[in-house]
Amino acid sequence: MSETAAAPAQIASAARTDAPPAIVLDKVNKWFGALHVLRDVNLQVATGERVVVCGPSGSGKSTTIRCINRLETHQEGKILVDGIELTDDVKALDAIRREVGMVFQSFNLFPHLTVLENCTLAPIWVRRMPKKDAEELAMEYLTRVKIPEQAKKYPGQLSGGQQQRVAIARALCMKPKIMLFDEPTSALDPEMIKEVLDTMVMLASTGMTMICVTHEMGFARQVADRVVFMDRGEVVEVGTPDQVFNDPKTDRLKLFLSQILRGH
Amino acid sequence: MSDITQKIELGTSVAGVPEAPRSPPMSAIGPIGWLRANLFSGWLSTAVTLLLAYLLVRWAIGFVDWAFLNAVWTVPVTAQGAQTQACRQLHGAGACWAVIAEKHRFILFGTYPFEEHWRPAVVCVIFVALYAVSAMRRFWRWELALVWVAALVAIGVLMWGGILGMLYVPQERWGGLPITLILATFGLAFAFPLSILVALGRRSQLPAIKALCVLYVELIRGVPLISLLFMASVMFPLFLPEGMNIDKLLRAQIAIILFAAAYLAEVVRGGLQALPKGQYEAADAMGLSYWQKTGLIILPQALRLVIPPLVNTFIGFFKDTSLVLIIGIFDLLTAGKTAIVEPAWQGFGVEVYVTVGVIYFCFCFAMSKYSQGLEAELNRHRRR
Repeated sequence: MSETAAAPAQIASAARTDAPPAIVLDKVNKWFGALHVLRDVNLQVATGERVVVCGPSGSGKSTTIRCINRLETHQEGKILVDGIELTDDVKALDAIRREVGMVFQSFNLFPHLTVLENCTLAPIWVRRMPKKDAEELAMEYLTRVKIPEQAKKYPGQLSGGQQQRVAIARALCMKPKIMLFDEPTSALDPEMIKEVLDTMVMLASTGMTMICVTHEMGFARQVADRVVFMDRGEVVEVGTPDQVFNDPKTDRLKLFLSQILRGH
Repeated sequence: MSDITQKIELGTSVAGVPEAPRSPPMSAIGPIGWLRANLFSGWLSTAVTLLLAYLLVRWAIGFVDWAFLNAVWTVPVTAQGAQTQACRQLHGAGACWAVIAEKHRFILFGTYPFEEHWRPAVVCVIFVALYAVSAMRRFWRWELALVWVAALVAIGVLMWGGILGMLYVPQERWGGLPITLILATFGLAFAFPLSILVALGRRSQLPAIKALCVLYVELIRGVPLISLLFMASVMFPLFLPEGMNIDKLLRAQIAIILFAAAYLAEVVRGGLQALPKGQYEAADAMGLSYWQKTGLIILPQALRLVIPPLVNTFIGFFKDTSLVLIIGIFDLLTAGKTAIVEPAWQGFGVEVYVTVGVIYFCFCFAMSKYSQGLEAELNRHRRR
């Protein structure tokens, strides 16, 4: 099937090379029991940079970004987020988690709260914002993701695409410096994927530092400054979208591309 | 691409399928349809239905005969005591409700002084009012705890007396319905928060807390409530220093609280486990602290999930309070039992137990019905 529409224009890079890197992963190793899931992962993400991580299932891409906000713990190596090292120190962890927003594959909205309450919960309880201000903020972000009219509904009453956009708005309400996306469109119907990807493109154009695990190669081409290819726990290739998709250097990447890009 | 599908307009006829929808036959819908499907669906079903209907009608007639038509409602009371010959002549063909008419004050209030019966009566009314207020969700604010404390103080003042011109009544004279309500209400009111803490503790990463909670639950679940009551009543005073004495009712209360909390903790833990891991992760990713996460996200969802087994346990423990008979505390059931010890009234246990059963049923059924309403209301967010 040939693409009749022109490919969307690449978003201009907002990566800042003058500031210290937003995220540093230095020789990170992780085991699940005896299983070695991350092997010597080295990665640096600059402020304002947009990184897409791709790879076959089981390659450790979700595990890597979950280590960044310590939903998973690493056994060896160093992870620095915004200059703060990730250890067992609870205070440092809380400080990091406030600045890192995460969007999950299964949305993970809180079903017993309305959409508005989902978005205002963290600003009220973590940033200690007064309720009125938090609600204004939430409505602003809900408008930006184009679903302000759903504010009083419960997540169970929304479609998958709407729920994921609420999840993005909820993460944005904390005004994080970094946004992590763990396969945000993998659980959605094809017709809803576009609305979520449009939201993420809009977010990218505001200069947010983003790390996105996704299989959506069109999105990667449009938005990513760099694409990281992981396989079996290792970072195999890193490069611009053009380099990675059009000029793969390793066999493993060539194999992966042939599997997912067949027909494109 | 071969055209194996045809575009079919909705509503047009396709070969063999009639056009306009017809209504179903009379014998398949409505009450007749229900009867046919559920009661008379085959020969065996019909036979069983007729047999059960016959038994049901016979039993109902028999019960009405016993309870109302042949019943004796009062007996004369002379200086020698109650003259229950009229009741005895029935030989069980009719109920002797006279025992209730004579003994209802004893069954309800035990050995409490006769002239002061208004005080435990007011206590029972306070309890019912407390339940009614606590049941309504719009009163679920922290001030409700103050209301409970005020009710506790009022109940203590009324039952003990000694101040405000009321006669002092020692705890040994308390009995009947107020005792059951005190033990059940304050027992469950303290056991529930304790059970939540124990359930959270069992899932904790801190090994000391986890071990403590596991030990507590397994020890308590391993022994019958009666043995706990015995230990509380007999052994506990041995550990106290000379002269210090905790009164019997308080000891029984503590035993009931500890016992109920262990069982409720496992119910709550079931709810905590049933929650998807993503909820915990999303709360963590937002930077919520442990107690914020637990109080705002986890517990509201987990407790909603386990309302049926929670209420089940509550109802069970309400009735388990009758076991305090073992340590000599006069609850409602014990008072009923003691009412028919008197020679004049011996043998009329059925009437007394039916009455006591009806009282228990009122409270337990109210709890059950309330829980259904609560479930429906709290799970509104799940309905699309």
